[in-house]
Amino acid sequence: MTVHTTSPQFKQNAARALHDPQLQKALNNVKQGFIDKRQAAADKLPEFEALRDSARDIKNHTLEHLDLYLEAYEEKVKASGGHVHFARNADEAREIILNICRDAGAKTVTKGKSMISEEIGINHYLEANGIRPVETDLGEYIIQLRNELPSHIIAPAVHLNATQVEQDFRRVHTHLDAKRDLSEPVQLLTEARAVLRERFLAADVGITGANFLVAETGTSIIVTNEGNGDLTQILPKTHIVLASIEKLVPTLEDASQLLRVLARSATGQEMSVYTTFSTGPRRSGDADGPENYHVVMIDNGRSSMLGTSFEEMLRCIRCGACMNHCPVYHAVGGHAYGWVYPGPMGAVLTPSLIGVDKAGHLPNASTFCGRCESVCPVRIPLPKLMRHWREREFERHLTPASVRSGLRLWGFFAKRPALYRFATRAAMATLGFAGRQRGRFSWLPLAKGWTKHRDFPAPEGETFQARWQRERNRRAA
Amino acid sequence: MSALPSSRRGKPRVGLFVTCLVDLMRPSVGFAAVKLLEDAGCIVEAPVQTCCGQPAYNSGDRGTTRDLAMRMIETFQGFDYVVAPSGSCAGMIRKHYPELFEEDPNWRAKANALADKTFELTSFLVDVLGVTQVDATYHGAVTYHDSCSGLRELGVKPQPRMLLSSVRGLTLVEMNDSDVCCGFGGTFAVKYSDISASIVEAKARNVEATHAPTLLAGDLGCLMNMAGKLSRDGKPVKVRHVAEVLANMTHEPAIGLAKDAALKQNQS
Repeated sequence: MTVHTTSPQFKQNAARALHDPQLQKALNNVKQGFIDKRQAAADKLPEFEALRDSARDIKNHTLEHLDLYLEAYEEKVKASGGHVHFARNADEAREIILNICRDAGAKTVTKGKSMISEEIGINHYLEANGIRPVETDLGEYIIQLRNELPSHIIAPAVHLNATQVEQDFRRVHTHLDAKRDLSEPVQLLTEARAVLRERFLAADVGITGANFLVAETGTSIIVTNEGNGDLTQILPKTHIVLASIEKLVPTLEDASQLLRVLARSATGQEMSVYTTFSTGPRRSGDADGPENYHVVMIDNGRSSMLGTSFEEMLRCIRCGACMNHCPVYHAVGGHAYGWVYPGPMGAVLTPSLIGVDKAGHLPNASTFCGRCESVCPVRIPLPKLMRHWREREFERHLTPASVRSGLRLWGFFAKRPALYRFATRAAMATLGFAGRQRGRFSWLPLAKGWTKHRDFPAPEGETFQARWQRERNRRAA
Repeated sequence: MSALPSSRRGKPRVGLFVTCLVDLMRPSVGFAAVKLLEDAGCIVEAPVQTCCGQPAYNSGDRGTTRDLAMRMIETFQGFDYVVAPSGSCAGMIRKHYPELFEEDPNWRAKANALADKTFELTSFLVDVLGVTQVDATYHGAVTYHDSCSGLRELGVKPQPRMLLSSVRGLTLVEMNDSDVCCGFGGTFAVKYSDISASIVEAKARNVEATHAPTLLAGDLGCLMNMAGKLSRDGKPVKVRHVAEVLANMTHEPAIGLAKDAALKQNQS
């Protein structure tokens, strides 16, 4: 079991999002900021395009030899005094994590930002078992207070504004003076920092994700802008790294290549503020660090993508550039997608992980504008992979009956040029005649989806092929 | 099957792939393309044709797509070049036919051959024929929308602008986000019409902000979407395919305008 999905209700989710003025305003920020910053960062680096090629190749190579690198990585972690656990699915992962927490006698667990932890729903599971998880990334902390999923993979609370955050803080931080001033964002930040500082110090276990796992050294790497990841993994006695299996890279050199495209693609930074490497537990002589170091490697559907056309999706380094550049994401935001991963990468990954029968809308809700692919740092052909999902749906008869019958009818004519010319000539003559007064239709049978929001321009009346034939005959005569 | 005479006097023989939408909705775009190609020294033929299969392809129906693609390959095999007044339909052939027949030894070579000689209209004029100017006049400011497939699959961006800059009386006013999707997306506009409407809304606002009285683009799908939105909102922007302006063939009313209205507009 993974977290609950509303992906089957994508259309209803989208309609709600489109009519939420506060959300629409917040989404405008995504449109503006991220895109310009990424472009500026890419423009400043002459080798940026070459680095994207290299990033793609590194990930492809790793995926081709994933079994070898997994083994090598496990050996290195063990050699550095850490433990590696393999979880086939969310249930196994949760069980493993709970057992580690129980062994540590944990009451509180701090968490760095981790999408895989959202995927396996670890927070609710720990809570149900009497352990309190505390998100320490500011955005994640806010959405945890609201019991929401992230709406963006690197900016989880991007759908909210400061007033909403203020309300949440007042609702939850009841130990603080009710009359305190929280009108400025910096005041919200200061309050969160003070509250979280206590949690950091109280935590028995720290859970982080991993941006990369390095096979040659057994190192896990996280990048953050708030430093919360460092406090999460250094202060408690036990550090658990949660990572899906495709986070592996062979060498530190490979990891640094990928780091060069990651932050630039995500936020337009050359590097994130903190890039933190951890290898095993604290050694004698180390100033700080956890006493116990565990890595939970989670498959949860990834290995079944290997060797299929969806293997390319496993290159993803979770930068969020695809959603930052997606007109559909800009229109409806992340929650409409109904599960953990939104935007174009979610439209490809979600059907792989929860089934295309549930997530079928996602790969269809795309104009195939291709902007996502044009910015992807590891060159994942996202529109092509969405199309592959559409093909699977068509094969499995999951495509809506109206679309199938429409296609069949159109295909029938298109395969028969004489009939096609005859039928289209008649149809266009009729439409052209009907529309001659206004030049457009505000309503047309069978085109309600179109005419609900815009007029349908009337055709000129005669088809090109009819007129061409006529004029050629005249020229020849 | 085409059984047409071979090139005369070394003039390239171009098969016009007119595209479904131009064939059905706005044939004058097809004739504008013919004029531009003939002016540039091509022999133009428009063989009997239907559709490249893109709607089926993007709906996941590979079987129908392949059937239609094979028909296209046969229809256009005798030509030196195939040119379409659409980045989306030309992109289907150039980028996606090779992928479609990747694992089919019987059709792969033919699909690749067609892909190699197929071009979007303005890109063909500029990149292949080396055309740098056209003989046309259009008075006033225009703004130009970059359609997604042409832009990102075929690199169509400087070519239409270069040709437009040679049109007498015309000034190009760039809109914000000219390279952002208009929300058409083929069947997307009908299947997810609410989302599509929100995207075209943003596009319409960017068009309006330029105050240009005319909007041009190179793909009729996008043009119909944007024209439909602008007219629904009561905005008096004239919407045309870029080929109409480049060919000096703007006698047809703009997209979505009635013949009478166009007459009045021209008189005023």
